[in-house]
Amino acid sequence: MTSNEKSNTDLGVPDEAMIEITGMHKWYGEFHVLKDINLTVKKGERIVVCGPSGSGKSTMIRCINRLEEHQKGHIIVDGTELTDDLKFIDKIRREVGMVFQHFNLFPHLTVLENCCLALIWVRKMPRREAEEIGMTYLERVKIPEQAKKYPGQLSGGQQQRVAIARSLCMSPNIMLFDEPTSALDPEMIKEVLDTMVELAESGMTMICVTHEMGFAKTVANRVIFMDGGQIIEENEPESFFSNPQHDRTKLFLSQIM
Amino acid sequence: MAAEENSGSTPAKAALWRRPVFRSTVFQALLVLAIIYIGNTLLNNTLYNLEQRGISTGFGFLDVEAGFGIVQTLVDYQETDTFGRTFLVGLLNTLLVSFLGIIFATIIGFIMGVARLSKNWLVARLAAIYVETFRNIPLLLQIMFWYFIVLNKLPSPRQSYDFAGTIFLNKRGLSIPSPIFETGFWIVSVAIVLAIAIIIFISRWARARQERTGEQFHTFYVSLAILIGLPMLAFIAAGSPLSWEMPALRGFNFRGGFVIIPELAALLLALSIYTASFIAEAVRSGILAVSHGQTEAAFALGLRPSFTLRLIIIPQALRVIIPQLTSQYLNLTKNSSLATAVGYPDLVAVFAGTTLNQTGQAVEVIAMTMAVYLTISLTISAYMNWYNKKKQLVER
Amino acid sequence: MANQTTPLPDLPAPSHSVGVIGWLRSNLFSSISNTLLTLLAFYVIYLLFLPAVNWALLDADWVGETRDACNSGGACWVFISARFDQFMYGFYPESEYWRINLAFGILVLLLVLLHVKQMPHKGWLSAFTLFGYPVIAFYLFYGGAFGLELVETSSWGGLSLTLILSGVGIAASLPIGIVLALGRRSEMPIVRSVCVIFIEFWRGVPLITVLFMSSVMLPLFLPEGSSFDKLLRAMIGIVLFESAYMAEVVRGGLAAIPKGQYEAAMALGLNYWKSMGLIILPQALKMVIPGIVNTFIGLFKDTTLVLIIGLFDFLTTVEAGFKDSHWLGYALEGYVFAALIYWVFCYSMSRYSQNLEQKLHTGHAR
Repeated sequence: MTSNEKSNTDLGVPDEAMIEITGMHKWYGEFHVLKDINLTVKKGERIVVCGPSGSGKSTMIRCINRLEEHQKGHIIVDGTELTDDLKFIDKIRREVGMVFQHFNLFPHLTVLENCCLALIWVRKMPRREAEEIGMTYLERVKIPEQAKKYPGQLSGGQQQRVAIARSLCMSPNIMLFDEPTSALDPEMIKEVLDTMVELAESGMTMICVTHEMGFAKTVANRVIFMDGGQIIEENEPESFFSNPQHDRTKLFLSQIM
Repeated sequence: MAAEENSGSTPAKAALWRRPVFRSTVFQALLVLAIIYIGNTLLNNTLYNLEQRGISTGFGFLDVEAGFGIVQTLVDYQETDTFGRTFLVGLLNTLLVSFLGIIFATIIGFIMGVARLSKNWLVARLAAIYVETFRNIPLLLQIMFWYFIVLNKLPSPRQSYDFAGTIFLNKRGLSIPSPIFETGFWIVSVAIVLAIAIIIFISRWARARQERTGEQFHTFYVSLAILIGLPMLAFIAAGSPLSWEMPALRGFNFRGGFVIIPELAALLLALSIYTASFIAEAVRSGILAVSHGQTEAAFALGLRPSFTLRLIIIPQALRVIIPQLTSQYLNLTKNSSLATAVGYPDLVAVFAGTTLNQTGQAVEVIAMTMAVYLTISLTISAYMNWYNKKKQLVER
Repeated sequence: MANQTTPLPDLPAPSHSVGVIGWLRSNLFSSISNTLLTLLAFYVIYLLFLPAVNWALLDADWVGETRDACNSGGACWVFISARFDQFMYGFYPESEYWRINLAFGILVLLLVLLHVKQMPHKGWLSAFTLFGYPVIAFYLFYGGAFGLELVETSSWGGLSLTLILSGVGIAASLPIGIVLALGRRSEMPIVRSVCVIFIEFWRGVPLITVLFMSSVMLPLFLPEGSSFDKLLRAMIGIVLFESAYMAEVVRGGLAAIPKGQYEAAMALGLNYWKSMGLIILPQALKMVIPGIVNTFIGLFKDTTLVLIIGLFDFLTTVEAGFKDSHWLGYALEGYVFAALIYWVFCYSMSRYSQNLEQKLHTGHAR
């Protein structure tokens, strides 16, 4: 039995929807970038989103933590609807963690300070407690010895792992990954993917935009293919890769596999 | 075999004139000789020419009576004071206008720089027009514009603009009441110093408390309240030991109070507005230098925009802004020498202008003047280098 | 499992988020504070721009010969047109205007040719512009040879003098600045110290003191009896001053060249001067053309300071114009006109420099 076959009932967790996106449309000016997105993500599910560049996959997950605004439709995260209301946006951002393609670590702070920043200023924790939590997660991503270094002194793979630890420190219920390995040299991709696999196996709800299909096969419950702003196909990994239904899916898979 | 024989000895040396060390030494020695020679010739020529024209040398002239008046002096000055005193007066005036100019230019510059990045299209456009207009017009023209056109339109003293009977604006300047500190005022000064000490203590305490317990403290507002409140309490308790010398119209002009002469006003306005346009660009470049991803990462962690600005954006932006800011401050200080054009008695106008004319000792006067500006420039540059080194982002 | 079989059509965006209304909402009226700012901005425009446009364009007088033509209460641009020749040429004799026009015409032609992409022999063209053209220009301006009437420098003035000062300033300070920058990076300690002292000295003092120094002290430095043209004194001061700033600009370019270039040149067996001249400097200079243009803009504005030592640059000639008894009271028109001309020059050059910077950045592989 592979990890992606453990269902929620096996884990003894109720099937609650963490993310519900219904009829979501987004425009950049006149450009209709997301068309009629409907997506439900249950607790503990791992979703991989793939598709050609410009298909809107990054835009879609960035709508989930309001880094982008949607103009039509509804997004409900863990029971809270995402609107212009700052209070709800703050609440959702505290529960949703995000890892970026270009890491976006804060270069003027040490690795440990990067991790503790939100704990101290958003959750208002005392510094010692925050540092303990920070070190715990740095150990979990296997780089505790870098705690006092600055991001500029780390390799790309190490920086991305710090970024993951930084998001985890806030104990999010959902983790969003926006092409986390696309900016890494090949020899560093594995260390980051391993971290993500370990995270998935611990039961984290994840949406991951990536081209790493090996990761999808290992860990994902569902693979979603997007093109032209729409969700074209959605399936379990085995069926998705062995039996794609759509011409566009087939074309895409033939290009990347 | 040959290798074993040579293994311990040093490589063969080239001919003397081919070795780089020799050539560079000779070249430098020649350079030094050339400089000494030229310097000597110039010196001799100068001494000869000065003698021919009956101009004395040396710094003795600094003790000679000056014999001319100066419109604005920060220290006491009479016509019977020495040329050395005129140097001091001019220097203080230069420092005054530079200091005030730096403050105003920074305030205006930061406002305009941030305005240029505003989401409000109108505000951003107007700020851009401001920057592009004042950056591309020579400073001298701007100074003369303010002085000869704008300030010239002010009424004569008899018809001054009157603000509540205490502040008067006219052609001769802006007359404001000057404070007279009476005997009890030292209590207020003590209160101010005390307030500052308390604020420092409180901010340290608040930070330590946050580290310990995580609770945040409104340091800024509390500090502001103390800074204003404590001196005010002391003031009332001491029986309001402050009176004002009111400017009053006597004859054709206002006497009493403190006068900001139009020359100073024009110079200040032009310097501030001109330098602010460069500072605005520096501020803008600093903020833009912080990649948008930083803001996104901070938001994704749940940081509010105000915290994001304070903890993430501004520290990184300042790295880029401060070196440019320092160089603009230096430029402003050097540009204050344009005071000559409108008759403001700064160092150049008073010393390298009038004093030079009176004594004819060009070499000493100009050397002293340049020495002042050089000292200021080099000190600030040294500080900037130290600051840059300290603040460099640590990289591999 | 959602499976969209047909691609959905592009729908138009909701009307409140696009178009004029959308733009107005997001840019001007997105929040209360924003709306207040917009209203404030409108007020500022009403207060400053409308009266200015009124005075300068709508009520102004444009045609005429003397001040009698100016009676509408608006700007009197007749003043400008009447004294235009003087503003442009100073006191240069009218019959010889063609010489100034020719000299600047040649310069414009050379600069345009240097920008044409397919132009062959650009290196020769640049060398000619930097070394050959100044000689031609000098004889055109000054005369005294080739059958041209002599025109003393005291008659030079107006915009042409400003351009001459700036042009000579840049042309002369560039080679000196390059030498200084190379010297500052030298490994010979004496050379480096001399260059550092030289550069920091000129950068640390205001231009006015330099002009004072050159106009008052230079005659003292020279052996007795030799007279010194006033314009020449100013030029020497300006060139020394600007060469220090130019040196810093060039130094930035030299520092940006990767060490590998120096090493490759050495590995090829080129000596110091050859590697500098053939490999390093061409790259470095090309990279800092924007910086050089910025220095030029600064110099162009700085030429106004020669007023202090009694030369008649463009600003001074305009001032002399409205201090003339015929045209008293039109100082505002004079200043506005002068400001406009300076602004046009400086703004165009800064736009040009920004364009260059973008082009060069994308071209240069990092």
